[in-house]
Amino acid sequence: MMVGGFVSAGTPTNLIHALKRRGTRGLTAIANNIGFGDQLDVLCEQGQIAHMIASFAIRASTSKWSRFEEQYHRGEVTLELVPQGTLVERIRAGGAGLGGVLTRTGLDTVVEEGKRRIEVRGVDYLLETPLRADVALIQAHRADRLGNLVYRASGRNFNPLMATAADLVIAEVSEIVETGELDPETVGTPAVYVDRIVRCDPVEVRLEGL
Amino acid sequence: MAGLTRELIALRVARELRDGMVVNLGIGIPTLVSNYLPPDHGVLLQAENGILGYGAIREDGGFDPDLINAGGQPIVLRPGASFFHTSDSFGMIRGGHVDAAVLGALEVSARGDLANWSIPERGGGSIGGGMDLAVGVRRLIVAMEHTTHDGRPRILERCGYPLTARACVDLLVTNLAVIEVAADGLLLREVAPGVTPEEVEAATAAPLRRAPDLREMAL
Repeated sequence: MMVGGFVSAGTPTNLIHALKRRGTRGLTAIANNIGFGDQLDVLCEQGQIAHMIASFAIRASTSKWSRFEEQYHRGEVTLELVPQGTLVERIRAGGAGLGGVLTRTGLDTVVEEGKRRIEVRGVDYLLETPLRADVALIQAHRADRLGNLVYRASGRNFNPLMATAADLVIAEVSEIVETGELDPETVGTPAVYVDRIVRCDPVEVRLEGL
Repeated sequence: MAGLTRELIALRVARELRDGMVVNLGIGIPTLVSNYLPPDHGVLLQAENGILGYGAIREDGGFDPDLINAGGQPIVLRPGASFFHTSDSFGMIRGGHVDAAVLGALEVSARGDLANWSIPERGGGSIGGGMDLAVGVRRLIVAMEHTTHDGRPRILERCGYPLTARACVDLLVTNLAVIEVAADGLLLREVAPGVTPEEVEAATAAPLRRAPDLREMAL
């Protein structure tokens, strides 16, 4: 599954808590961050996540571990760390019918391990492959009944990209309006991508930096 | 030889930024830079979570979860601000539309290699947006403590920690000095008040030439 959000911004916290109540296990989760001011980490309380693909998951210092970090250091979960810009482009490629992306990010680093290096017009790039998911849990500010989504401020982040790259897209929104009430100029995700909308009161998030 | 506080490092970095520049500030000391730009500055600050044109870190106790910088701290918007999704944000970064980034570092090598995300013996670290910034921005400024807490140099012949990117750093601002990564090696341009060039050289484990116009930092 993909889970939208960047720390406190645009995170589908109600859907995460619903998934925790449902107790689904053995999940592969794709998200920018886990345990960095988000509540994706609550899925680790009952060990629901088996594999994580993220850009922020493990702190360089050991001062305070998230549940995910505890499980990672005990070897109970596996992790693929992906540079943030590469993560979003792999998702975009997955949603846009592309076979991958070429990026200079990660050249000569651990990120290059096991990947093809391709030269284009004299410049080296890494071939990064597409990401898709069975389900995307995303967050938006408003939706209409057709499924068009309007985002708010930096709550956009990964959400519009993840909406394109999963078989089932579930959006948590603060408000649902009648079809026709959203200004088409402001729609960030067209209805074609969205399968379910869930109206939820926003969950109070604690301020917790990276 | 204490040199500058973290706040004064941020202040010295802020002096490198000019009106009209688009600048991304990393986590740690770099985040503080937004508080040391003059109130009427014309620098456009970019946060990789999708904001161009944010201002200082919010200090009135208020918190809007959708208005944060890349470190998760609440920020205020300035006139002319805009929002965009993560693909646009990193397109901006990798596509050469961001003039400068200020990042923290664990180690920097003599030729400007950067290691800033992982300390393997502590078992972790996260990449975030650092690798994209290091390959994408036009000018990379590193803001860091010159040595580790136990006094070991962070500026080395070559990095021991996992790299963020090769040959990407242009300027180093530390608590002791301002050092340029020139084509032929590291160039000591400025020393912090009360710090001698010899002390900077002793705290640096890579060849360091003194600039002909080496001077004390103006703060």
